[in-house]
Amino acid sequence: MALFDLRLQDVHNKLNNKELSVTELVSASYARIAETEPAIQAFITLNEENARLQASELDKQLQEGGERGLLFGLPAGVKDNIVTEGLLTTCASQFLSNHNPIYDATVVRKLKAAQSVTIGKLNMDEFAMGGSNENSSYFPTRNPWNTEYVPGGSSGGSAASVAAGQVYFSLGSDTGGSIRQPAAYCGIVGLKPTYGLVSRFGLVAFASSLDQIGPLTKNVEDSAYVLQAIAGYDASDSTSANVEIPDYTSALTGDVKGLRIGVPKEYLGAGIDPRVKEAVLQALAVYESLGATWEEVSLPHTEYAIATYYLLASSEASSNLARFDGVRYGVRAENPENLIDLYKKSRSEGFGAEVKRRIMLGTYALSSGYYDAYYLKAQKVRTLIKQDFDNVFNQYDLIIGPTAPTPAFRIGEQVGDPLTMYLNDICTIPVSLAGVPAISVPCGTADGLPIGLQIIGKAFDESTVLRAAHAFEQHTEHHKQRPQL
Amino acid sequence: MSITPKDVEHVARLARLELSDAEKDQFTEQLNAILKYAEKLDGLDTDNVEPTSHVLPIKNVMRADEKRPSLPIEKVLLNAPDEEDGQFKVPAVLE
Repeated sequence: MALFDLRLQDVHNKLNNKELSVTELVSASYARIAETEPAIQAFITLNEENARLQASELDKQLQEGGERGLLFGLPAGVKDNIVTEGLLTTCASQFLSNHNPIYDATVVRKLKAAQSVTIGKLNMDEFAMGGSNENSSYFPTRNPWNTEYVPGGSSGGSAASVAAGQVYFSLGSDTGGSIRQPAAYCGIVGLKPTYGLVSRFGLVAFASSLDQIGPLTKNVEDSAYVLQAIAGYDASDSTSANVEIPDYTSALTGDVKGLRIGVPKEYLGAGIDPRVKEAVLQALAVYESLGATWEEVSLPHTEYAIATYYLLASSEASSNLARFDGVRYGVRAENPENLIDLYKKSRSEGFGAEVKRRIMLGTYALSSGYYDAYYLKAQKVRTLIKQDFDNVFNQYDLIIGPTAPTPAFRIGEQVGDPLTMYLNDICTIPVSLAGVPAISVPCGTADGLPIGLQIIGKAFDESTVLRAAHAFEQHTEHHKQRPQL
Repeated sequence: MSITPKDVEHVARLARLELSDAEKDQFTEQLNAILKYAEKLDGLDTDNVEPTSHVLPIKNVMRADEKRPSLPIEKVLLNAPDEEDGQFKVPAVLE
């Protein structure tokens, strides 16, 4: 476990000095998984044979010398909605329980180029729909800080495995908070990049105008390294942004003097756990002591964000998930009467309750007679929500608030009440609708459960987000706390 | 606007889903609750607001119309539940 607490530079120094081998790193990962997985259940599929093979190849390369990838030898977990050639990719759905992708997602190709080692595929809410991992059709992942509690979601496996020290870092995906909220619940760092910065090619689509892949790590520096490895234009993703990629680690100067921070009153109002509010205020005091300034601001359309998001995301999902028809991949239902029946039976048997619910909601919102009232209306409100952010960013460098209104909740506590479950995303969803980057970093605990601080930046200004997050980390001890497992 | 079990059946048909009676009841209740919540958007005047479909100012991304290699057929059919002669096989569409 302590091995994965080392800074990336220190791991690489140890590899250089022959104090450590990639094989040892990978073995440490699987040993920790064997030890903790019965309690955590973060992985759907392990890639052990291939990973060990790759480790010995990397060790050979280490002997021979020469240039190495940015993430050389680091054990990585990949969320199970990111396709990996020849390695089962289920999206935590029964529909894809037999799905062996025939190509690698762009981010997986980039990880390979950076020479990290893929340890396995991580559990999630089915098709990334949920905030607790209870919607996995296989098993719920548990929070390493208290296994009676959810790890958050949908990237719950990605967050729990990093928090439990099973892998050095992981990749998740974030549509309405699915990287940031589980990072907050599990006491680690989770970054949702600007929409378009990281290629979505090979990410099984949930809501195409919102989905974004990002890193989950134990500290901000690692987050910057992983982002460096995966960011960049990709012609295979038509919504990929053709922007120059800066050197993210060089932004980690520790200096936040003069930064202007806006703190939305809507993110600290009713419904926010007072312990979360207190932790956020203490974090703001840290920034003040470092020479930054903060003021209360308003994102007046926040209260409309959840309704907007669920209409838009579900509409996009209903369209995206039409591809799962039991014809080209996935599990086909037996004995269909005809082609339509094949579609119906395969989809009805293959999808879980939350996925069906969102397909139904989205299909309704897009259906004839309701399109203007729901889908188009929500797209217009999205414009207003985005303008809220534009207005604040005209005067401030960053927006800071909590990642989630409460710490993690108990497993089973919110099942069967989708609307309450949706309200956990009140602080992350508006950010997704605006498409801007945000990071969650640990900023305290309540009853032994971590609290996340959300730092939101301007579009494509990950550097300032990382710089502020890193400075906070340098002056606090929250990120050094580990769950007792 | 409230959703009836009949609406749920209609939407399920559009979505190619087959729902049990219990699912129909549950979805009727839950979709009504969610849509009732969504009604709060009606309180906003959006008459002069342009819709946002994507946050990036990207439109019609084109590429040169040139032949490029595609995946080999054997690979494409690797996950097919049923196949024949290099094609995906489904039940007869025509009687």
